[in-house]
Amino acid sequence: MGNTVLMKGNEAIGEAAIRAGCLNYFAYPITPQSEVAEYLSRRLPEVGGVFLQGESEVAVSYMIFGASAGGARVFTTSSSPGISLMSEGLSYIAAAMCPAVIVNIMRGGPGLGGILPSQADYLQATKGLGHGDFRLLVLAPASVQEAVEMVMTAFPLAEKYRNPVMILGDGLIGQMMEPVEFPEHLKTEAINKDSWATNGMATRRSDQRNLVKSLYLDPKELNDHNLRLKAKYEQMKRDEVRYEAYHTDTDYKVLIVSYGTMSRVCRTAIDQLQEEGIDVGMIRPQSLYPFPEKAIAEAAGKHSCIAVACIEMSMGQMVEDVEKAINNRRQVSWFGKCGGEIPTPEDIQEHVKSLVKSK
Amino acid sequence: MGKPFKKPEALSDQITHYCPGCTHGVIHRLVAEAIDELGIRRRTVGIAPVGCAVLAYNYFTFDFQEASHGRAPAMATGLKRVRPDLVVFTYQGDGDLASIGMAEIIHAANRGEKFTTIFVNNAVYGMTGGQMAPTTMPGQRTTTSPSGRDVEAVGWPIKMAELLAALETPGYISRQTVIKPKYIRKAKKAIKQAFEYQLENRCFSFVELISTCPTNWGMTPVEAVQWAEETMLPYYRLGDYKIPEENKND
Repeated sequence: MGNTVLMKGNEAIGEAAIRAGCLNYFAYPITPQSEVAEYLSRRLPEVGGVFLQGESEVAVSYMIFGASAGGARVFTTSSSPGISLMSEGLSYIAAAMCPAVIVNIMRGGPGLGGILPSQADYLQATKGLGHGDFRLLVLAPASVQEAVEMVMTAFPLAEKYRNPVMILGDGLIGQMMEPVEFPEHLKTEAINKDSWATNGMATRRSDQRNLVKSLYLDPKELNDHNLRLKAKYEQMKRDEVRYEAYHTDTDYKVLIVSYGTMSRVCRTAIDQLQEEGIDVGMIRPQSLYPFPEKAIAEAAGKHSCIAVACIEMSMGQMVEDVEKAINNRRQVSWFGKCGGEIPTPEDIQEHVKSLVKSK
Repeated sequence: MGKPFKKPEALSDQITHYCPGCTHGVIHRLVAEAIDELGIRRRTVGIAPVGCAVLAYNYFTFDFQEASHGRAPAMATGLKRVRPDLVVFTYQGDGDLASIGMAEIIHAANRGEKFTTIFVNNAVYGMTGGQMAPTTMPGQRTTTSPSGRDVEAVGWPIKMAELLAALETPGYISRQTVIKPKYIRKAKKAIKQAFEYQLENRCFSFVELISTCPTNWGMTPVEAVQWAEETMLPYYRLGDYKIPEENKND
């Protein structure tokens, strides 16, 4: 198509949702993603969409719940402390099996933390987004272009699974400018939701009313409901694992597991290490839930590989998942920073060299 | 011969879980009658609260969403904004709306969201077992104010109708009651009026209904009605607090 434009990540994310066919957006301002709301407050009225700034992230999570339960495509964006506030609503949305897309442009934590890039919400996104047994499908972009494509893909995925999908990007993904294209083929139509959505009986020409709820007072009913949800998450594990392998066709000594912006710094470090004669491979999870366990296990199991390094802008939140994937067959180390500073290629080289030397 | 008494189409054929003497049943019926009379059942979506009315959807015959505690106005906002052709109402109790959901109701009213809120005020948390609510009367004993509500320690009961009427944004804000037949006709009129304003896309509309909770008040239904009339009505005064038209007096 050749329509490459230079855009800031946050604005590109807003535009991507429109291009994907989602014209409904509710949000509350928070650094470092407020530009999404600013952009869409101008852009959505132009295309006949709905833009509303809610009174809090708590309220916003229910605005998207109400809109989604009514059958509409809807999304929101926020950053770490805001996602904590939305976590109540996300539990209800997942329980009620409503599709929605939530973008988290992560900043440092805990508490107010800072406003600089971070990956400190890994555990929250993949394991602890609210009370009860539920999961979100979590996609982690490493560039503005990939953020655009993941946002556009997220809407049909949310509808396929009737489950919220989260785009988990570090602050840099939202703040940096990169050339992007909006792929035409990722524009999709919302699927028919008449079998469950509360879109009005007249709309469906039906005499059956629909009910969107999460209360199951009967223990058997609730258990069955949770089994239904579990079956969806198992299907995600089979069908939605996404990752990218880098430099894994060599006899690497060290395998890096890294995602998002951090993985791009790792690529540079890997290229430089190769020039020094040290081969390093990398698996970059693009889906954090489901986690690419099999790919990491296979890559770590390579005969030449003596160590695995988890490199992330958190205090090692992904390490447990990598260890579980590898099942103790290799030592897993962690390197990272979580104050807003992004580790440099040199920092990573140093860590890798220390692993090679210690063996 | 007058008109034969019959069940509104908008009400389902179910025995409710509400306690004897509870006013939810009367209010459900008034809402259902208004919906029937306006012919809007097939394009109405109700939003149930958390509290005794969480199961309200079992008693109506149109689409329903179930909110979490206090968030029904946010869900109604989301739904009505993306589907302005639907008729949307929230049905909320006083713990739900006046305590945990205070932010959601104030901001929805202040934005002038074009939905309707039916607010059932019985001065107590019902479903959780009779704890003190923001609307509990001074001196009223509850399971968390065993010596009676001490206004020095926890403040005075919140008058929601007055609070929302103070907002600059136009709206329809009314307080009625259903504790005796003589009040019910007016309550019905207010509920229908609230839906009419929504149908005209005029404004946010809100009807507070002073109600009884004999179970959690520790009274017989008859005593509860008497207590509500003598204690609540002088404090929670009935009437229209705000109407969207200027110079209109009911």
